[in-house]
Amino acid sequence: MSIELNDSDCPVILRGVRPHFDKVRNVWLLLAPERALKLDDIGRAILDQVDGKRTFGEITKALADKYDAPVERIAGDARTYLIGLMARRFVEAR
Amino acid sequence: MTAPRANPPMAMLAELTHRCPLSCPYCSNPIELERKNRELSLDEWKDIFTQAAEMGVLHVHFSGGEPASRRDLEDMVAHARDVGLYTNLITSGIGLNKRRLEALDECGLDHVQLSLQGVDAEMADWVGGYKGGYDRKMQVAEWIGEIGFPLTLNAVMHKKNFDRLDETIAIALDMGARRLEVATVQFHGWAAKNRAALMPTREQAKQARLTVNAARERLEGVLVIDYVPADHHSDYPKPCMGGWASTGINIAPDGAVLPCHAAHSIKGLSFDKATERPLKEIWYDSDAFNAFRGFDWMQEPCRSCELKAKDFGGCRCQAMAIAGDPAATDPVCIKSPLHAELVAAAEADAEADAELVYRVMPT
Repeated sequence: MSIELNDSDCPVILRGVRPHFDKVRNVWLLLAPERALKLDDIGRAILDQVDGKRTFGEITKALADKYDAPVERIAGDARTYLIGLMARRFVEAR
Repeated sequence: MTAPRANPPMAMLAELTHRCPLSCPYCSNPIELERKNRELSLDEWKDIFTQAAEMGVLHVHFSGGEPASRRDLEDMVAHARDVGLYTNLITSGIGLNKRRLEALDECGLDHVQLSLQGVDAEMADWVGGYKGGYDRKMQVAEWIGEIGFPLTLNAVMHKKNFDRLDETIAIALDMGARRLEVATVQFHGWAAKNRAALMPTREQAKQARLTVNAARERLEGVLVIDYVPADHHSDYPKPCMGGWASTGINIAPDGAVLPCHAAHSIKGLSFDKATERPLKEIWYDSDAFNAFRGFDWMQEPCRSCELKAKDFGGCRCQAMAIAGDPAATDPVCIKSPLHAELVAAAEADAEADAELVYRVMPT
């Protein structure tokens, strides 16, 4: 089974998965069951847009506007990133 | 001999109690179980969680025994969340009802890990030594789903259930679990008494790997499967705990602070209590935590081995148990002079048949 994320899908950060600022290590993390994933600026920028309401298409458009970048490139990067999180069951597309 | 400065710990295993309604023969608790009157108080635990968060612990795993045997579990979860920890409840489900689960939800519990003793009532109740346990667990799993807690199912695998791994995976899917841990029994604690009853065969271990790999592919994006293989059938040891005292910190019910839950078995180490010394000092400066950090403690063949930074010489408790020396190479390693003996013993135990020896509390 391969994971898909289409423009009309609505990505959702699943319950039990939450961003956390680690004051001891001075990094942003995504905390999840048995896992702590380091969040870089790009990861944070993408996840900041994942509010459980907007579609993937709307998210990539917003990111493209915000960072003044071509939407195709943003969509490619964001799709790869979110599909990675879907494979780990941190994010779901509804 | 000096050990390198350690990084802050990532996770804490909080063994709130050794009390448990089940009597699983592979229980990871030490043979010498602590009684209720030796358990830490709620305030002592709260102080430990505060210290843990301050020193960089991210996840706290409430464990036991059965952590639900503590009536103040909810207060502990609430406090741990308050100080910024990610809270995980490791439970058999026995001792929880819907009201308690709802209270835990209100306290901010992040995640539940439910253990599975068998794929049907007959098997589960036999392995857990608790009649009615399976039906109760299925009811608890339903409540967990209704509340919406993220769920990991933990299945300890061994000789008597490895052939039913596919059914185990199906139960995880039925429960709506996001993660499944397929954990081959580790022969420490009570499991060491049950080698002949539980040691899987080489063929079972091989088949399990194939089943897990096929399921991972089939269930990508649906169920994450973590697999702990049967290390007595491997050529190289597991990188136990990611290296001694490198990532996890364990608190026993009486407050003893350990680098792992089996470390009690290592003779010659003395473990400080969290009620008597600051956690930070124990983690960074105590002799027990520094005993096997870095590489200076290693002997040959580990010392000159190119894999030493990858597997850290394997498991110190296994070296203690089988080689009688906690600084020896884990006898799972093909470079260990004891490897052939370990394999022969594992194969003999895999072919043998023995009754289960259940875990019992001291009277």
